[in-house]
Amino acid sequence: MNARTLLTMALAAAVAAGPAVTTALAAGEMFVPLLVYRTGPYAPNGIPLANGFNDYFNLINDRDGGVNGVRIAFEECETQYDTKQGVECYERLKGRSPVLVNPFSTGITYQLIPKAPGDKIVVHSSGYGMTASADGRWFPWVFNFPMTYWSQASAFVKYVAQQEGGTDKLKGKKIVHVYHNSPYGKEANPTLETLARDLGFELTLLAVDHPGQEQKATWLQVRRLNPAWIYVSGWGVMNQVAVKEAAAIGFPMDHVVGNWWTGTEADVVPAGEGAKGYKSMTFHAPGHGFKVHQDIFKHVYDKGKGAAKREDVGEVLYNRSIINAMLDTEAMRLAMTRFGNKPLTGEQLRWGMENLNVTEKRLEELGMKGMLRPLRMTCENHEGNGTAAVQQWDGKKWTIISDWIEPMRDVVRPKLEAAAIEEAKKLGYAMRDCAKEK
Amino acid sequence: MIYREAGQFKTSYASDQAIFPIAQDRAVVLLALAAAFVGPPLLATEYWLQAILIPLLIYSLAAIGLNLLTGYAGQLSLGTGGFMAVGAYAAFKLTTAFPQVSIVLVFLLSGLVAAGVGLVFGIPSLRIKGFYLAVATLASQFFLVWLFNKVAWFSNYASSGTITAPDRAVLGVTVTGPSATASARYLTALALVTVFALVAKNLVRGRVGRSWMAIRDRDIAAEIIGVRPLRTKLLAFGISSFYCGVAGAELVFLYLGSAETQAFDIGLSFLILFMVIIGGRGSILGSVLGAVFIVLVPIFLTNAPHALGLRLPVALQKQIELMVFGGLIVFFLIVEPRGLARLWQITKEKLRLWPFPH
Repeated sequence: MNARTLLTMALAAAVAAGPAVTTALAAGEMFVPLLVYRTGPYAPNGIPLANGFNDYFNLINDRDGGVNGVRIAFEECETQYDTKQGVECYERLKGRSPVLVNPFSTGITYQLIPKAPGDKIVVHSSGYGMTASADGRWFPWVFNFPMTYWSQASAFVKYVAQQEGGTDKLKGKKIVHVYHNSPYGKEANPTLETLARDLGFELTLLAVDHPGQEQKATWLQVRRLNPAWIYVSGWGVMNQVAVKEAAAIGFPMDHVVGNWWTGTEADVVPAGEGAKGYKSMTFHAPGHGFKVHQDIFKHVYDKGKGAAKREDVGEVLYNRSIINAMLDTEAMRLAMTRFGNKPLTGEQLRWGMENLNVTEKRLEELGMKGMLRPLRMTCENHEGNGTAAVQQWDGKKWTIISDWIEPMRDVVRPKLEAAAIEEAKKLGYAMRDCAKEK
Repeated sequence: MIYREAGQFKTSYASDQAIFPIAQDRAVVLLALAAAFVGPPLLATEYWLQAILIPLLIYSLAAIGLNLLTGYAGQLSLGTGGFMAVGAYAAFKLTTAFPQVSIVLVFLLSGLVAAGVGLVFGIPSLRIKGFYLAVATLASQFFLVWLFNKVAWFSNYASSGTITAPDRAVLGVTVTGPSATASARYLTALALVTVFALVAKNLVRGRVGRSWMAIRDRDIAAEIIGVRPLRTKLLAFGISSFYCGVAGAELVFLYLGSAETQAFDIGLSFLILFMVIIGGRGSILGSVLGAVFIVLVPIFLTNAPHALGLRLPVALQKQIELMVFGGLIVFFLIVEPRGLARLWQITKEKLRLWPFPH
């Protein structure tokens, strides 16, 4: 009976205490929630992303004393890449009045998009999320620069055409899209389908169910089809399994191209020698050879505040994450030139995101020269003018092997605008007039 | 002393058959209900409503549904997630096709659709029992989720396969979609749970419930005394799926706002089953208590180190949470295999004797 009493009391305590207090925000700080996943099947990719954000914000705070003197407070919340847990995290951290959220998951982004206008919190899904939200006239609160999934898919097709020796050579070629069976994985399909129709290549869509540890059947189909190219949209543990399976069926690895979420060190290292030659899309350079990394070593790691292991700095996803954090802080900086050097409101930061213009000169000042291309946002276009490149794994490191590829904006943009109207209609949005915005 | 029915005489059949024959019980339940309707919308923060109370109510409804099938009729089912998905997608299709129809009616209709699907998947229960039936219902879980993922018609050809809850109003108040307030959604969910819990309570007290329990306890004996297994089992599947379907529709429309099939994966089926087992098989109150346990304890465990001033890395914290939660479930099932509802019952019995237990 003692155990029972104990149990009853413990339960009552748990229910009564429930979700605990939130920490108050110090004056002169801006809060950014980090929805991370350091556990579960998506952890191999979630960890470098989370580390990059930690390190960059620590760098800004310790080296510069914050953005124009406004320190960035941040707190991690574990989502396990699960939408329900992600929403719980968002609601919990909303208590600390953030003005910006990076959901790190297309599924969670879909959940947060309808909440953004009401909560006045900017949603920045950098290189992921809902493609249609790149139309800023319909989705003022959502940004997915530097590029959307659709632009990326068109850049992939362009790259394949280059390799095959011209767009006309694509006719009759078989291309397989192996994708994560979720909103994320499906995003590229409409563009690939359109391009397959227009350019005459044969597209086969093969879905892999969450979490993607079992792909034997998928790759058996790939072997039967014997396609010319494979495009992989995977995430988490699915990536390394896909790379291993591709190697196992003896597919030429330089004809397997992952999207930019399917090409970091954690995805290829487990496949060992087999992964050699594997390619993936990207929108920035890999490696830790840039000035910003030296600053991170000096100001963060040498003080023992680094989030990652020293040798993991410069991984593909780590770099992506510091770029993501840099774009956010640059938007804050820009908004402060207009609204003053104090913590911003959601509206003010939104203005900063929308007018963001990261020039070559600014990139050099940030220590990121050559790491990514200059980027410019407008009111209509929330994906910006990003360009993609292809990187290849040589067994030891990633190297960029292509020029910067301009996506087929003439194909993507009209589709995107049509989709934006469709999606906005579901949410009951009205289109705003960008000519009137200043 | 305070909880004693001495002096309360039942002078009519109606009073003898009341759900809560003891006056104190009636008072407590009515007070609790009133508090639930008035308290949270006034006092709770949006986090409490949105992230805790609304899912709690929805899971309670699903757990009641599964408890009717597993706890009362004894048919082990792992298809809950699939039936909830049927409800969610049916509600989405219905309300986008007929926007003028009241959303409450849409919820009920989608429950009926789920009931229909449940009947079909209940047919094997006539031949297979126990664990084998669980495996058969597992097929429905995988098949249904696969179907909604595969056939784009169900999500109105959305490229991402995501279904989004549109704005819908009840009596002029928006209760679903992005512009609905958390309070409005909470009250809708609470009203639905209250009504359906009452219906379930009456179902299990009546002829239907008794025939379910007869089948559960010994199906051959039940058949001999005139309970028809075909009708009884299928009815259990149908009604249980109806509850799950409504809960699934609520999950998307009142809680998540938008969802894909991943929200209804096998994990959800297990979660609801755990609620039933921990709460107490064959108890309506147990279903609700089980949902409280499963929803609140992980959130408490996540926040506990923080409240104590411990700054743990999130990964470690998550792992501790999983370990402690798993440990609690095991501990709990050892100490009280009959669930939280049994604990409540024991508390009540003790209270009756208090303060003179001998």
